[in-house]
Amino acid sequence: MSLLNLDRKTVRYNGHSILSDISLRIEPGEKIALIGQSGAGKSTLLELLYEQTKANASLVPQELGLVRSLSVFHNIFMGRLDQHGTWYNLANLIKPFEAEVQKIKPIVERLGLSDKLFATVDQLSGGQQQRTAIGRALHKGSDIFFGDEPVSAVDERQAHTVMQCINEAHDTVILSMHDTNLAIGYTDRLIGLKGGELVLDTPSKGMKASDLDELYSH
Amino acid sequence: MLRATLVFAAIAALLTFIADLEITTIEPWGELGRMVVGAVTPDFFATESLGAAIANTVAFAILGVALGNFAGFLLALIFHYRSVRAGCAFIRAVHELFWALIFLQIFGLSPLTGILALAIPYAGIFAKVYSEILEESDPAPLKSIPAGAGKISIFMFARLPDAWVHFKTYSLYRLECGLRSSAVLGFVGLPTIGFHLESAFSQGHYSEVAALLLLFYIIIATIRTWLRKRLVPLYILAALLVIPWGGGIDASHIVRFITEDIVPHPLRVADSFDAATWASFAAWLKTMVVDQALPGIVSTLVLTQIALVGAGALTLLFFPLVSPKFFGRFGRTAGHIFLVVARSTPEYIMALVFLLLWGPSMLPAIVALSLHNGAIIGHLIGRHTEFLKIRPDAPGGINLYAYDVLPRMYRQFLAFLFYRWEVIMRETAILGILGIATLGFYIDNAFADLRFDRAMFLIVITALLNLGIDALSRRIRKYLRLQTRTEEL
Repeated sequence: MSLLNLDRKTVRYNGHSILSDISLRIEPGEKIALIGQSGAGKSTLLELLYEQTKANASLVPQELGLVRSLSVFHNIFMGRLDQHGTWYNLANLIKPFEAEVQKIKPIVERLGLSDKLFATVDQLSGGQQQRTAIGRALHKGSDIFFGDEPVSAVDERQAHTVMQCINEAHDTVILSMHDTNLAIGYTDRLIGLKGGELVLDTPSKGMKASDLDELYSH
Repeated sequence: MLRATLVFAAIAALLTFIADLEITTIEPWGELGRMVVGAVTPDFFATESLGAAIANTVAFAILGVALGNFAGFLLALIFHYRSVRAGCAFIRAVHELFWALIFLQIFGLSPLTGILALAIPYAGIFAKVYSEILEESDPAPLKSIPAGAGKISIFMFARLPDAWVHFKTYSLYRLECGLRSSAVLGFVGLPTIGFHLESAFSQGHYSEVAALLLLFYIIIATIRTWLRKRLVPLYILAALLVIPWGGGIDASHIVRFITEDIVPHPLRVADSFDAATWASFAAWLKTMVVDQALPGIVSTLVLTQIALVGAGALTLLFFPLVSPKFFGRFGRTAGHIFLVVARSTPEYIMALVFLLLWGPSMLPAIVALSLHNGAIIGHLIGRHTEFLKIRPDAPGGINLYAYDVLPRMYRQFLAFLFYRWEVIMRETAILGILGIATLGFYIDNAFADLRFDRAMFLIVITALLNLGIDALSRRIRKYLRLQTRTEEL
């Protein structure tokens, strides 16, 4: 049975159709990139898919959903807010438990945020914030990862590390991306959208960035 | 926006014809000389209880605001209930001094009177502002929280932290207001500086007045340095120790006040609810409405409208004084000192000063309200101009003011002013206690005559009038699309 299934799905907003007539099957274990111009409907499609499998998926939305006045540690800890009782959570909010810090340390080390563990999010750069949000998803430890442009503000060298982290930690990965090179390099299936329509669905293997120019032309 | 300004200005101009603006003292400026002399020769040893008065003022403010803050926070969590919203609107529509007058009848001069008089209306204000802050907090973090997380955990991690920052700023601002309110509570008999100010003013001991006010300004101006997060529990504890406890509370007083004293007289003395009782109740109601409520409402409204426009005019004059776009560091410091004094002096005390100079009429109240509110909004607008980006080749001085700064600040200015409208009205009613015939005048008289049924009736009328102005102001702001964060006012 497939993991996710859309059958001739259309999404309208204020009379405009944002997605029209999308049919899509996604199997467990797939690594997928949604590509296309901004406004093509990538985010809407991603959200639609996330809604179907919310319970065992983690999400890094485009606006990241971080709590700016809390530390990196607390924001990452939030990924497992459901795993502990209320009192444990509240005590950890006031004074972090050593056990929790030890669990989160390897994650921030991988993401290159070690020195920022207890800095509040509002002191971080855009790339650091993005990595914090990814850290939260990694800590949550779901099978499926959804990311809306998860590495758009991360510099190129780190982007590779982060993409590796995401792929290693999750069985199924679904990303919307504008960097076609990263998309080809780290996924095995490309889904192209144009004007809300599904115009491309192909294995990533053997694709070149220039093959996708058609998607980005007017 | 311009049309709204003109309409309000025209109304105020017309009202000045029916308002009583007469200067009745024979020598309007004679007293001023003595006041100035007093102001420059503050006498810190005029009364032995100076230290105690200041300590009490701060203690009442801290306890009242802390209690109101806590209660307001809890109310904010259930603010989506209509009944909670309405209840909060009502308790904040009644001024601290009116609450104090009510509690004086119940608890006498017990500290509870002062603490509750501050805590109750402040709880209503805190509840409203906190719920607005929570509502505006970023909903994005909620999206990526794991589905099974508990409600309290979600609230504490994803909602409260960002709101907390705003809560702290707002609490600090409210404590400043609380200090002013606490000072004024002395005028009805509580042992804060208002108590000493009243006697010092009436005896013309202006050096004592100056000493009291000077210490008061210093405490307000340095609030950011002495109010530290870690010290708050300590301050609360100290406040509990400082306050003169004692004066036992008599439960029978409370019961009698609620079940008898505030029941309209004809109903209280009636043996049965027959036609005669209702007829005398109707007569009571008619006297109250025609002889007291209506004239009180009219003069309250007249005074409010003139003071509102006065405050607006002074704001436009004041804000450049603290704006880096118009004055250098030195000039701004002078501007800041002036505005700090004008906004830290409670309207009540300012009105009292002008009353001593000019005699009883609406004029002292109008000038005091305009100055105080003009200084508050002027300070805020001045601060907002810091973030204006003016092109490098812009003109300076009056041209800059008229072409670049004022047009861009005007929307914000009107928003603040309309927010302040209801506050001005609350104060206007209160100034009646000084002898200006607004609603407070009739309420104060009723209390003095121990006619608590009349006092309660008029307090409810005042609260309803306030709610009316609040609703009208909200409609106008919505119509003009004026928005601002309430936590600033």
